[in-house]
Amino acid sequence: MFAYYMDLALRSLKRNPILTALMVLAIGLGIGASMTMITVLHVMTNDPLPGRSAHLYTPHLDPLPLDYTHGGNGPDPADNLTWPDAMSLLRAHRGVHQAAMAGGTLLALPVQSGLQALYAAGRYTTADFFALFGVPFEYGAGWSAADDAAAAHVVVLSDELARKLFGRADVVGSTARLGELDYRVVGVVARWDPAPQFYADSTGSQFSDIDTFFLPLSVAVNEDLPVSGNQSGWSDDEKTGSSKRGAAMSWLQFWVQLDTPAQVADYRRYLVNYSAQQKALGRFQRPPTEARLFGLMDWLAHQNLVPNDVHLQLWLALGFLFVCMVNIVALLLAKFLRRSGEISVRRALGARRRDIFVQLGVESALIGVAGGTLGLAIAQLGLWSVRHRPDDYARLAQMDSSMLAGTFVLAVLASVLAGLLPAWRACRVAPALQLKAS
Amino acid sequence: MQILPILSSLRRHRLTAVLLALQVAFTCAIVCNVVFLVVQRIQRVSVTTGIAENELSVIHSSGYTAHENAQARHATDLAVLRAMPGVRSVAAVSWSLPLDQNDSSYGVCPDEASRKQAMARHSADGTSCVQPSMYDGTEGLIDTLGLRLIAGRDFTSDDYVVGNKHKPAVAVITRALAQRLYPGKDPLGQSMYLGDAVIRVVGVVDTLLRPNLRTPAVDGYSVIWPQKPDGRTVTYVLRSAPRDRARLLREGREALLAASPNRLVNPDRMEPYTDMRARFFQRDTTMIGLLVAAALALLFVTALGIAGLASFWVQQRTRSIGIRRAIGATRGDILHYFQTENFLIVTGGIALGTILAFMLNAVLMQHYELPRLPLYYLPIGALMLWLLGQLAVLGPALRAAAVPPVVATRSV
Repeated sequence: MFAYYMDLALRSLKRNPILTALMVLAIGLGIGASMTMITVLHVMTNDPLPGRSAHLYTPHLDPLPLDYTHGGNGPDPADNLTWPDAMSLLRAHRGVHQAAMAGGTLLALPVQSGLQALYAAGRYTTADFFALFGVPFEYGAGWSAADDAAAAHVVVLSDELARKLFGRADVVGSTARLGELDYRVVGVVARWDPAPQFYADSTGSQFSDIDTFFLPLSVAVNEDLPVSGNQSGWSDDEKTGSSKRGAAMSWLQFWVQLDTPAQVADYRRYLVNYSAQQKALGRFQRPPTEARLFGLMDWLAHQNLVPNDVHLQLWLALGFLFVCMVNIVALLLAKFLRRSGEISVRRALGARRRDIFVQLGVESALIGVAGGTLGLAIAQLGLWSVRHRPDDYARLAQMDSSMLAGTFVLAVLASVLAGLLPAWRACRVAPALQLKAS
Repeated sequence: MQILPILSSLRRHRLTAVLLALQVAFTCAIVCNVVFLVVQRIQRVSVTTGIAENELSVIHSSGYTAHENAQARHATDLAVLRAMPGVRSVAAVSWSLPLDQNDSSYGVCPDEASRKQAMARHSADGTSCVQPSMYDGTEGLIDTLGLRLIAGRDFTSDDYVVGNKHKPAVAVITRALAQRLYPGKDPLGQSMYLGDAVIRVVGVVDTLLRPNLRTPAVDGYSVIWPQKPDGRTVTYVLRSAPRDRARLLREGREALLAASPNRLVNPDRMEPYTDMRARFFQRDTTMIGLLVAAALALLFVTALGIAGLASFWVQQRTRSIGIRRAIGATRGDILHYFQTENFLIVTGGIALGTILAFMLNAVLMQHYELPRLPLYYLPIGALMLWLLGQLAVLGPALRAAAVPPVVATRSV
């Protein structure tokens, strides 16, 4: 029966080729625009570290004074930690792995002649960073906690930066010059670029930034290396309010691995206790319950990384799809009703309403499949144009297999939905009346 | 033209007519709001910076070592650049230029009382203090940028301080800032209170946009002060005839590297100023393109819908058209019939679309800080859709008018 319906549908569609083309075009445009934007949103809200993200948490304290008012212009200072707090959490060692970190950009000088100097973006962090996030090493390894304590001048380079400075990647043991200082290369990491760069300060371009070097945080503090990202102080005293070790300047990010719900609950308790203790000491003024522990995906949701323009574009695309669908409903309705005579004959010959309904449904679905194919092509074109935009998420705009399947499902669903009302209306044609009229 | 028969005929196609009207309504609502968004963005990207945009080029230089004598370096570099043929003038700035996003702003108060008030509140909000953007630079910056000095004087060489350890004693401010700080007064000779420093206003320039845009009301609040850049990174601004810019950038880079190879002159960070401006607004221009494309696609799909449906109805009614023609209706009558029918459906759509447009605008206002949709968008939108409808229906209607009366005598 299905083959027969297919045959009927194809014949009917061929009878009005222009109208069929119009409907396929309309649904193709609507689906193409929607899928482009849904894909962009999908990649922007993707899990940056699948498999690991469920066990990664970032603790947040609120060391701000009670009378501090956040202007709303710019990021919240309480998003980051101060040096004393980060060091206390690190020393407490309550998680499986934990690391404090901050971003920085240094001028990197090439070792081999003929190569260009460049500004390299990287991270100042502590020894556990690589184990915490599972950073894959190509050569060598990370540094040790002893290196952290001694503020040893060691560095881990990305494969990309190693090649830019040395012309090759196997450079463990060599000396790299970053900024004004020399560092001994202890490791080279393979390509590792979680997108978004969830562990970075929220003021950066988290979808495009990639770390190209890693240095001990203690070196950055000792040598007062430049920090990128938000550094907010809330004291007039220069020593506490605007120096890296200051207790009234937040600039560090902190991540911890917690494997079981019990560990998470323990860590939450620990944070509240720590805040209460700091409050008792007079350092914190706000209630200890302000201390919070975010899971990785919660933290991304909290930061709201998707720009307003992308939301607006998505709604625009969906609005467009909706108008296209109304358009198709009207056209299908007119088309099906025009075939009242044919439907009446089939009904008079014994076809049930359900049969008519299925027959017309197959015809709508066929339009949907054709529209989906066209929509897929249009979406690829749309994503290609997104990749050529200057936005930092541009490079991510690729369709994965689930999005490909989603496009077809959406197209067929949309056109079958659009066909429902016309098919229902058409199968209610009274056969006798129609036959008499013609 | 009789409307009643059209209405009674439409009642027989109630569902289809309602769907078409619905499509027109949503198109009207979306297109009105999209056009409004486009106009907003166009206003944003066409803001004037106050500088001679077409004549400026920027080159960024970054020394490898910090202990170099920055003043000597800059002086040599400026002399080298100035000596190139085609360069009208050149100046060095630390980093800030209009629309380059490197904003450095300070809280500035017009008098001592408001400074104390702002200090007590930890904020400039609600006081007469503001947070203008500060522009530093070497001698001749005002000339090089092509700013229009409308009162007072440019800086003299005695005014300059080196680096940001000490604040200069004088400054030139924009007209917008002068009106905000000293309403109704002559700004020349007035004092600005900036932290512990007191700075005298010696000149006023017409317009100088900030490095970053916030709201149009405060985007023109800028201060230029005689502070020479004093670091290993510096940005050189060259003024020349527009056609010389590409050549000067290329030759300027070579000249700088020849003067001192111990630095990075990144080809990615040297460009004509117009490129920098275009980059600042690139998201907006992309968005304008997308919005315009979406609006056109919507109108296109709606026109297709109208034309498709009309040609269906014409086919369906061929026989009745023939009968009408046979009993005396002219071709014009038939043409008008379909045109009026379309007009009625589109009018219904527009009526609903007006309400939807305002509802959509209300949602956008809530989520995207958009102003209210001005009323005059609606008659324009309505006119556009009427025109679109009439254009779309014209083809099928002409085909209907061409139906010969003899059709009435044939059985279908």
